[in-house]
Amino acid sequence: MPANLLDEPEVEIGSKPFTWTLNFGPQHPATHTTLRLILELDGERIVRAIPDIGYLHSGFEKLGEHLNFNQYVTIVDRKNYISPPMNEVAWHHAVEKLLDIELTPRCQYIRVIIGELARISDHLLCTGAAALDLGAFTAFLFAFNLRELIYDVYEEMSGYRFHPGFTRVGGVLYDFNDRVLQRIRRVMESFPQVYSDMEKLLFRNRIFLDRLRGVGVLTKEAAISLSCTGPIARASGVTYDLRKDEPYLVYPEFNFDVPYMTEGDSFARFFVRMEEMRQSHLILSQALAKLPTGPVNVPIAEKFPLPDKGTVYNSMEGLIQHFELIMPNRGFESPKNEVYAAIESPNGELGYYLVADGSQTAWRTRTRPPSFIHFQVFPHIIKDHLIADVVAILGSLNIIAAELDR
Amino acid sequence: MSTATNQATDPHAATLATLARVFGDGVFGMSHFRDNLRLFLPPSRLIEVLTVLRDECRFALLAELGATDYLGYPGWTRARFEVHYVLLNLDTAERLVIKTGVDDPKPELPSAVPLWLGADWMEREVFDMYGITFTGHPDLRRILMPDEFTAFPLRKDYPLRGRGERHNFPRLTREES
Repeated sequence: MPANLLDEPEVEIGSKPFTWTLNFGPQHPATHTTLRLILELDGERIVRAIPDIGYLHSGFEKLGEHLNFNQYVTIVDRKNYISPPMNEVAWHHAVEKLLDIELTPRCQYIRVIIGELARISDHLLCTGAAALDLGAFTAFLFAFNLRELIYDVYEEMSGYRFHPGFTRVGGVLYDFNDRVLQRIRRVMESFPQVYSDMEKLLFRNRIFLDRLRGVGVLTKEAAISLSCTGPIARASGVTYDLRKDEPYLVYPEFNFDVPYMTEGDSFARFFVRMEEMRQSHLILSQALAKLPTGPVNVPIAEKFPLPDKGTVYNSMEGLIQHFELIMPNRGFESPKNEVYAAIESPNGELGYYLVADGSQTAWRTRTRPPSFIHFQVFPHIIKDHLIADVVAILGSLNIIAAELDR
Repeated sequence: MSTATNQATDPHAATLATLARVFGDGVFGMSHFRDNLRLFLPPSRLIEVLTVLRDECRFALLAELGATDYLGYPGWTRARFEVHYVLLNLDTAERLVIKTGVDDPKPELPSAVPLWLGADWMEREVFDMYGITFTGHPDLRRILMPDEFTAFPLRKDYPLRGRGERHNFPRLTREES
């Protein structure tokens, strides 16, 4: 919480010439990933915080100019590695907008399902790790237990546990089979119990609440000026949600609410995320009930999707199509144009500014990374707080360093 | 009647009307692709127009700021670099892409930080990756690359695997530390 200067009645603000500097990170258990803060302190009060980022910079955007639209999905997975399927949905959403591909209904439902599973997974990590950093270890274990079940879904649907690489231009890698749906149902059945466990452990945890309430307040005006989106903006009273306001995929078909709060403190950000998990659970149950049958990829006659192996080995059209897409200098053509497309990721607006030069490889893949944009909020809201609050605020912002640095 | 139907079909009608009222009709280049409306501005009028868009057209949120290097792009005739600003109106969910071009050898643009604080790091990233300087930026330093780095890695004339900088970074030995 903000330092109360009345505790030192003799001292006028700004009259102390001596401040000291503390280096926080790049390796610190509470940053969870690699980021560094240089804190200028007056006693224990933070006068100034200078974030120093870039430790994980790996040139993902440069790689996007050398890998084709299908290959790059493995790289977007590694941006926000807490919710990889959401990154994939965002990437191919932009590509399909560029190429003007209308997905099949089943594929749109599948993308909603993997996206919302990823959202639950991301929020579980964020709320669980925030609790862990503030000393509530048990809630973290409950959250991670459920995340394991979500990883089981990824494994069953794609064969990869951590970075599924599941979407493709015009469809997905494999259709959902019964075993995948069974795994998803297991997540759905376990979720209410995990949520209520976390609720019991955290919502009345005096230490946890005292360390979050009134800490790191971000006003609505500041949130808008600092380009905040997603749960962080919604905790400050901005009710914008791309799923409602600029609907994509089949989100208009679902009933769900957009939770928001007006306090703008770390507790509000935590609470909005908890509530969003319940809304995602609601969306998932509707999507599973309504999941349509039919083809999952757009027809191979449209020359966009890679045909599945059965078609490649057993039909002439499939074999030709496969070679057309895999051979260099063949395949589909992209328009010589550029497009910005965004979706609502767990952290906020995840967009791609995509410039195409006519080939199957993008000319420019600019990511709009929510973590990067939200981390610049940190020096503004940490001012006049104590060192211990650094951890509370960092946890509530959910900074994923791989996405921050790309 | 006709204006009402226009507004219903074209989400950008009100914005374009305001721009035409303030700056005159058809002053800025425009192009449409899918649901994106792009407006091309000369750098000299950038801040002026962005201010009007923010204050009068209620584009409160700067959703995204980035740059592209078009060196070697097939059939390219405009300036080498283009910086894009994606603005979002939180009330009507209207989006507008503003594009402005800057050319070698000294690419320079006015900073948008006085309008949106959120432009701070995004402009630093553009500077870091493309070497485009933003005049009036409060703290224009490299953000992702180390300070010793001299090249601009997202430029098209910079190779994917680098120029061996990684092996030539200054090293701190145990004796010096």
